[in-house]
Amino acid sequence: MNLSAIRTLFLGIFLVTSFASYSQNESSALEETLLEENEKENKFDPKSMIMHHVKDAYGFHIIDIGEKKYSISLPIILWTDNGLTTFMSSAFDHDYYGNVVVESNGGKFVNYKEKIYQLNPGEDTLVKGEDGYPANTTKPLDISITKNVFMMWVSMLVLFLIFIGAARKYKKSENFIPKGIASFVEPLVLFIRDEVAIPMIGEKKYARYMPYLLTVFFFIWLNNIFGLIPIINGANLTGNIAFTLTMATFTFIITTFSGNKSYWKHIFWMPGVPVPMKIFLMPIEIVGMFTKPISLMIRLFANITAGHIIILALMSLIFIFNTVAIAPVSVAFSLFIIVIEIVVTAIQAYIFTILSALYFGMATEEHEHH
Amino acid sequence: MTITGIAAIGAGLAAIGAGMGIGRIGGSAMEAMARQPEIQGKIQTSALILAAFVEAVALFGVVVALLQG
Amino acid sequence: MDLVTPGFGLVFWTAITFLILLFILKKFAWKPILGAVSSREESIKDALAAAEAARREMENLQADNERILQEARAEREAMLKDARDMKNKMIADAKEDAKQTADKMIAQAQEAIQSEKKAAIAELKGQVASLSLEIAEKVVKQELSNKGQQEKLVEDMLGKATLN
Repeated sequence: MNLSAIRTLFLGIFLVTSFASYSQNESSALEETLLEENEKENKFDPKSMIMHHVKDAYGFHIIDIGEKKYSISLPIILWTDNGLTTFMSSAFDHDYYGNVVVESNGGKFVNYKEKIYQLNPGEDTLVKGEDGYPANTTKPLDISITKNVFMMWVSMLVLFLIFIGAARKYKKSENFIPKGIASFVEPLVLFIRDEVAIPMIGEKKYARYMPYLLTVFFFIWLNNIFGLIPIINGANLTGNIAFTLTMATFTFIITTFSGNKSYWKHIFWMPGVPVPMKIFLMPIEIVGMFTKPISLMIRLFANITAGHIIILALMSLIFIFNTVAIAPVSVAFSLFIIVIEIVVTAIQAYIFTILSALYFGMATEEHEHH
Repeated sequence: MTITGIAAIGAGLAAIGAGMGIGRIGGSAMEAMARQPEIQGKIQTSALILAAFVEAVALFGVVVALLQG
Repeated sequence: MDLVTPGFGLVFWTAITFLILLFILKKFAWKPILGAVSSREESIKDALAAAEAARREMENLQADNERILQEARAEREAMLKDARDMKNKMIADAKEDAKQTADKMIAQAQEAIQSEKKAAIAELKGQVASLSLEIAEKVVKQELSNKGQQEKLVEDMLGKATLN
């Protein structure tokens, strides 16, 4: 009994200290935003802080110590009228209010709310219009290596290491017995095959879609997890609509190209119903063709973004109430949400994969006569 | 009332709907599992998928709210 | 609004990254892993089938053994039965022989006895006849005086003499 009491005590101390240290980490990231906000408006604006953290950024802002800001700068790549323009994001000197104007390749650029704008010729400073957006600028074609792109590449490398490593293990071992990393990877791969691909697509055709499903699952899962790591919190790749749009588009393209005769027949001329019904159903089915990938896109984006917004909003409570007393509450709540989010990372990756598989299955299904 | 406030109310309504929907799915899934524990895995999978569908509707509401942000 | 506007840069990089990822992982990871898994499953299936075949063969062998054993047992049974039969027959034959011999001997003995008896009777008859003659001579000599008595005596004598 005594032993367990001591254990409980230590566990409690550990939890309290880790809560405290976690809250420090988070609040340091928040404070820098707060400081800047205070400088401008002298008031904490949780909305702009949250939006800033959820959105993509040009470079990793790690920490502020005193007046000095530490960050990893990333290359900015723009396609302007003068051709390809590149410079490092450190040129903006951590400014994202459009105050610092960078001249490069004959153009003047500002970073306003983590979007690059090119000032119109002859202009020297950014002028905001009534809607709060820059008025005297054009938007160049922006293919910068942002925080999200960088983390995406990191995740790509991690995936290569894990899965090619696992594949090597199989080659080395006799009788294809999984060893090391392979024994971790194999249940997941088998899960995708036996629980997702085969039931949704069918025994005959699933093999064609396996590489896509596996890649999508692990890519989304890993990036979901990366989005939750506090120090790079805000590398919110899977909570970015551009990413989910691309992934959903891939699913849509594969579905469309693998659609067989009966799939198209069910869309344009539904068999087994009277002709007026056929005409009535056609537009619905055509819209349905597009809503499927759109719902995929929105589901992943909104789930992950909503999770991040909630965590950040709970953290903002400290600064809204302007007291440390609320800190334990918001840390406890956000820890709870983070634990849920860890589950959500896997569930959303699984849902995306299983729905993709479902759509492929629908496209390739051989219908009986009904 | 600002448009943002209205958007927030909309998001809240969407959350109510989704909450009821997911609650029903969860309750029925539990009932089904209690009745037929041998197909627990299948019920769980389909409940999860259905929950994702319902949730998506709520998240559409959230996205509409975000459009105002 | 910014949040739900996809940026071109990220779409571009995501598409490229994902295609590279898909291509490389397909070639270097999924194919070997899935291949290894399926060939292992195949080998397990083969091994199971082989085990099943071996078991069946074993059963067959056992059945054969059983059958051979059964046959051997039946043969032994038959041989024993033959032997027993032969023994019984021999005993029966011997008994029969002995009986026949005995019967024959008895018959011979009886025949001999009969013939002895006949001879004895014949001899006895002869002796009786001669005795009778003697007696008759004596009686005749003695009784010839009394005629009536004489005849009666002769008749009595004769009647007694035809015993056999």
